Amino acid sequence: MSDVFVLGIDMIKFGRYPEKNVRQLGAEAAQLALADANLTIHDMEALYSGNLMQAGAMVGQGILQEIGQTGIPVTNSANACATGATAFREGWTAIKAGLYDLVLVVGCEQLGKMGLLGGGGGRKGIPKEGLLGSQTMPAVFAEAGQEHARKYGTTFEQFAKVSVKNHQHSVENPKSMYRKETPLEMVMGAEMIAYPNTKLMCSVNVDGAAAAVLASEKKARELGMGRAVRVKASVLTSDPFTDRDLVMPDVNTCTRLAAKQAYETAGVGPEDIDLVELHDCFATAEILHYENLGLCGDGEAGKLIDEGITWHGGRTPVNVSGGLLSKGHPLGATGVANIYEVSTHLRGEAGARQVEGARVGLTHVIGLGSACGIHILEKV
Amino acid sequence: MADDAVASGPLPVVPYLKIPADGAPYLEARQCSGCGKIFLDERDTCSHCGKSGLMQPKKLSNTGSLYVYSIVHRSFPGVAVPYVSAIVDLDGGGTVKGNLINIDPDPEKIRMGMPVEVIYRNAPTKDADGNEYLTYYFQPAA
Repeated sequence: MSDVFVLGIDMIKFGRYPEKNVRQLGAEAAQLALADANLTIHDMEALYSGNLMQAGAMVGQGILQEIGQTGIPVTNSANACATGATAFREGWTAIKAGLYDLVLVVGCEQLGKMGLLGGGGGRKGIPKEGLLGSQTMPAVFAEAGQEHARKYGTTFEQFAKVSVKNHQHSVENPKSMYRKETPLEMVMGAEMIAYPNTKLMCSVNVDGAAAAVLASEKKARELGMGRAVRVKASVLTSDPFTDRDLVMPDVNTCTRLAAKQAYETAGVGPEDIDLVELHDCFATAEILHYENLGLCGDGEAGKLIDEGITWHGGRTPVNVSGGLLSKGHPLGATGVANIYEVSTHLRGEAGARQVEGARVGLTHVIGLGSACGIHILEKV
Repeated sequence: MADDAVASGPLPVVPYLKIPADGAPYLEARQCSGCGKIFLDERDTCSHCGKSGLMQPKKLSNTGSLYVYSIVHRSFPGVAVPYVSAIVDLDGGGTVKGNLINIDPDPEKIRMGMPVEVIYRNAPTKDADGNEYLTYYFQPAA
């Protein structure tokens, strides 16, 4: 089976675009990625589109109606916050299978200032929110973080440091929604949403889009491998049975399963990874994923953030883009934008935030319900 | 019950809360008699071992321990805050989510692992038809 390469990849600056619609956002990212690959929509043999909130709206076809209705097959994917990674993997799968040599992947989302996300839980009878606990995302991920605190004594301050780090990282990212430093006291003193997650420890609802052109090895060699990025592993898992999963979504087990498969497929280990973009939907989540991705041993995640190992300049920089906490989290775009970030570093084109000498990077997303997508990418 | 009728007593807030005609309310799960795994929802197939037709009702305990919690300060409009969202492991098996009450919503006061008990009260809201609902809460064990 052919290896798969990223030939072109880009994203729009995450933000709020009330004057545009979601297909226009996707189209903009698609044009950027095609231009980056020096190709056009007429070179593409298929489109894989990821969007969550308008999953029934044929967003992929809408993008083609904006940039070129060439009649190619379009597949629309929705997989919660793993939507973008899922669409990317659909494209990867098709090239792996030998169906196509060139495909376009787009992830896009328009969230605006959509407040709290999560289930109201009250389809029958009376609303359950606030009566039978909380199904809001900040609370669900707070509880997931509290499990780590229970086991290992992780503190509110350690969780908060994740937000300090990612906000600081975003200062150097021109495509980030926010680019402001947030000192520890500001993060810990921000409005408490769901303890231990304050407002600055919750990802930002934004509009956004990111896109990639994927190629088979044959086509990549033909077109030039100069800036190509090799997809070393593309893994998707769902939540395996664990005892509490149906009451308290288990984001750990599906991530560990995906990480194991990704490292085995890529033939690398966590020690080989030069940068990571992981799913910091809430500050509590990032701590869990240090261990889930094997960046440290179980129980060591608090130490990892304390010792600066995941800061830019540390041994394994995590979320140098600013992450979902500051760059923003347009659900369907996030999984492609993470791949854009890592690819940009592998190409040596990340400017002021460049992770020097980056050769291998990992991206991770989690969609609650649950889906985990992991990609390992390598400089060619 | 017809849609236009108001029930004579409160309705269960969730299907796994049972209200016997004579006796105290309780929580009831389904347990796979093949592998022992417990599910709060009605089902015929076990998503752990995959076997069908082995589900048995399992009455859950009214005592347990607090597994984890969050103190919710911002929720959807109309939901009173703050409140403690809690995940509780019940003695003898079964994990249930609910509000932990009769405790200060303060991380200094709430200890993961603390013993709790399940209590049953009428919910503060009625549905559009005027039906009352019986719900459950957790509180620190006496």
